[in-house]
Amino acid sequence: MTRFAIGGAPHMPPQKTITGVMLQVLYALIPGIIAHWWFFGWGILFQLGLAVAAALLFEWLMLRARKQPVGLFMRDCSAPVTAVLFALCIPPLAPWWIAVVGMLFAIVIAKHLYGGLGHNLFNPAMIGYVVVLISFPREMTAWLPPQEIAEQVLSFSQTANAIFLAQIPDTLSWDAISQATPLDTIKTGIEQNRMVAEVRQAPIFGDFGGLGWEWIANWYALGGLWLLYRRVISWDVPVSMLATEIALTLPAYLIDSGTNPVPLQHVFSGAVVIGAFFIATDPVTGCASPRGKLVFGAGVAVITLVIRRWGGYPDGVAFGVLLMNMAVPLIDRYTRPRAYGYAKQDGHP
Amino acid sequence: MQHIPGEQLHHFHGGLRLRHNKKIACRQPIADLPLSKRYVIPLSQHAGAPATSCVSVGDQVLKYQPLAENPGIPGARVHAPSSGRIEAIERHLVPLPGGPQAPCIVLQSDGRDEPLPLDPLPVDASADVLLARMDAAGIVGLGGAVFSTAAKVDGAARQNIHTLVLNGAECEPYIACDEMLMREQPERIVRGAQVLHRLLGTERVIIAIEDQMGAVKQAFDTATKDLEDFQVTRVTTIYPEGGERQLIEVLTGEQVPADGFPQDMGLLVQNVGTVAAVADAVLDGRPLIERVVTVTGPGIRQPGNVMARIGTPVRELIEACGGYREDARRLIMGGPLMGVALASDQVPVSKAFNCALVLREKDIRAPQPAMPCINCGECVRVCPAQLLPQELYWYIRSDQYDEVEALNLSACIECGCCDFICPSHIPLVDYYRYAKDELRQRAEDRTRAELAKARFDARTERLARIKAERKAAREKKKKALAQARDKQARIAAAVERSKARREQTPPDDTGSDRT
Repeated sequence: MTRFAIGGAPHMPPQKTITGVMLQVLYALIPGIIAHWWFFGWGILFQLGLAVAAALLFEWLMLRARKQPVGLFMRDCSAPVTAVLFALCIPPLAPWWIAVVGMLFAIVIAKHLYGGLGHNLFNPAMIGYVVVLISFPREMTAWLPPQEIAEQVLSFSQTANAIFLAQIPDTLSWDAISQATPLDTIKTGIEQNRMVAEVRQAPIFGDFGGLGWEWIANWYALGGLWLLYRRVISWDVPVSMLATEIALTLPAYLIDSGTNPVPLQHVFSGAVVIGAFFIATDPVTGCASPRGKLVFGAGVAVITLVIRRWGGYPDGVAFGVLLMNMAVPLIDRYTRPRAYGYAKQDGHP
Repeated sequence: MQHIPGEQLHHFHGGLRLRHNKKIACRQPIADLPLSKRYVIPLSQHAGAPATSCVSVGDQVLKYQPLAENPGIPGARVHAPSSGRIEAIERHLVPLPGGPQAPCIVLQSDGRDEPLPLDPLPVDASADVLLARMDAAGIVGLGGAVFSTAAKVDGAARQNIHTLVLNGAECEPYIACDEMLMREQPERIVRGAQVLHRLLGTERVIIAIEDQMGAVKQAFDTATKDLEDFQVTRVTTIYPEGGERQLIEVLTGEQVPADGFPQDMGLLVQNVGTVAAVADAVLDGRPLIERVVTVTGPGIRQPGNVMARIGTPVRELIEACGGYREDARRLIMGGPLMGVALASDQVPVSKAFNCALVLREKDIRAPQPAMPCINCGECVRVCPAQLLPQELYWYIRSDQYDEVEALNLSACIECGCCDFICPSHIPLVDYYRYAKDELRQRAEDRTRAELAKARFDARTERLARIKAERKAAREKKKKALAQARDKQARIAAAVERSKARREQTPPDDTGSDRT
């Protein structure tokens, strides 16, 4: 007689792992990272290294402190994803401690103090970003112009000096190397009662977004499409977010193209594309049902546009994501799918 | 009826496209097994209470002879798979979850395979006769439900059924018993379907098969060439397409109400194997003593399908297919998603035994810690019952069973799609089975509590009533007593008065005369 070990159904090995999902997100960001490096220089590589190192360190410390299986959770690669998304959002020459402070808030407070992987209410990368954005406005607005139009391009070692020692070559000044982002430029331009078309004459603008920025966004979108193809994310959030973005800006542009930028300008500047494919699609802090995802994506787009148009910040994706994170339990409650065989009733649309 | 079922195909929600791995078992025809020395026939192979044995140890029985039945339970009857002697009636390992022992009849075969004379019915027998025959032949749903076919058809006959659906969509990977039966014996299935078609007076018969079963389509096209009411429909191979409710949604675009049955929509769904058994029972007079079993998987040397008599030890099926490979690690009754892992191959083939699947180490999930749920929503995407598996999981973990009930856990068909797709490797189906038990338990507790409360209320009321009655009786008695006393006092008073009067005026007749 042969005896076999038993086990519960289903017997087939699972198809996906959390590590696999996280790694695919990281792979999908590689084209965007390369584009970022191409247009803005070495800074992004330092920021990525700093943020990932800080995130892994904080993750390790918190897992130890919370007496969690360290090996198991270090392998899930969720901390590096948070770190990479954060690093892609900050200025390339931001001082080294920006990444450290951002990751402290992202990993320690937003993630582990809420219960670790799967339990956080707010998107950790966006918490980290918003904390440094609000606390250190000067450092966080020191963006670089794309290298094509920059007066001088910093070398690898000059970049390292700038980030770690806050030293730049004597011939340069911070004001000379940093420059407002396209979104900043438009916002200030409109506030100064200038026409969008006129503002867009500045060399920092490209074909439909910011020079360089639009290409980085394209490469993010490429990575996003790959994630869609691999079914790591579903189409609901990106489509709803981008469609809402266009649907709301198109009428305004058609009515008054003088003060309202063309919709593609909105989509291809700032964090809209990376937000639609990589940030608002964070499963833990988003909605799970398809209709919930549609509402979530649309909400992020609306808040982003409101902040861009009337708020104090040039971009609003991070705030949009965090505010919608708060609304998730409510959205979930009202977008529950109807179970098989249950007729349409009151309360079940 | 606005739409004719099957005219246009629809989709059900979610599901999985899986490698279906059926071909390895379809290379050779269905094989007959040599007679077994001992058959072990479980007394409980149907939905309901077990049958009781109607033979005794030592009895000689013939093939097809009834061994056990239960007049109160439809479909309970089991028959001798061959001729021989009843060796024992005892508890034996049976193919059920958890590897329990259950009462079985052990038949020692005499090798002669001597049958009882058979009694075929005429094609135009009355509905009652046909139903009685299906019941007597011990026919139950061979697709897995093992519910009495006679009872199901009887219930349907009371409703207006317009479409008979033959379910030939075996959704689980590896299982090919229905496919091979349809390929090799389409006439048998069609004959059985005609019996039900006539009995129910249906307008049409839809044979639903998977789109990857090309040979089956050809076989049925030939077998139904002259039958206008028959239609062969190919449905997309998506797991769990073969689920009754999913198949109906695909054929009609409508969902079966949660508290109803397909019969309520005018449809009756029968597994193709069951229909073939109906043909045997009615037209040949043969009770259900055998079925096609797929013996397959990467842990089997020569995968194939066998015609196995009920009661044959699974071990013999495996041997007939070349035995295990060295790296065989798990034996499963059924498919890789919903099958039951068996601890031993000494269990017998039961009526529900559709497939013996043997997997290797790398084909089964390794024991691994579950990660936290990351709310990715993949489970929501694949759930054919349109539930929210991840929310159910949270509520079960936090013991919030009212919420679990509100999320309609009862609609879960335990297909395993969510479990299979979950990147955190949470054993979701285990949670749902546990929670369903818990809900049943709570419902029972509730009923018990309500009963106890009703009893308590009745008792309190009764005691109060008795108390009130006693009090009333006492009052009455007191009153009566008081009245009696009063009466006596009045009598006494009257007596006193008359006495006094007599004393005051002494009897003096003359005085009156004087007046």
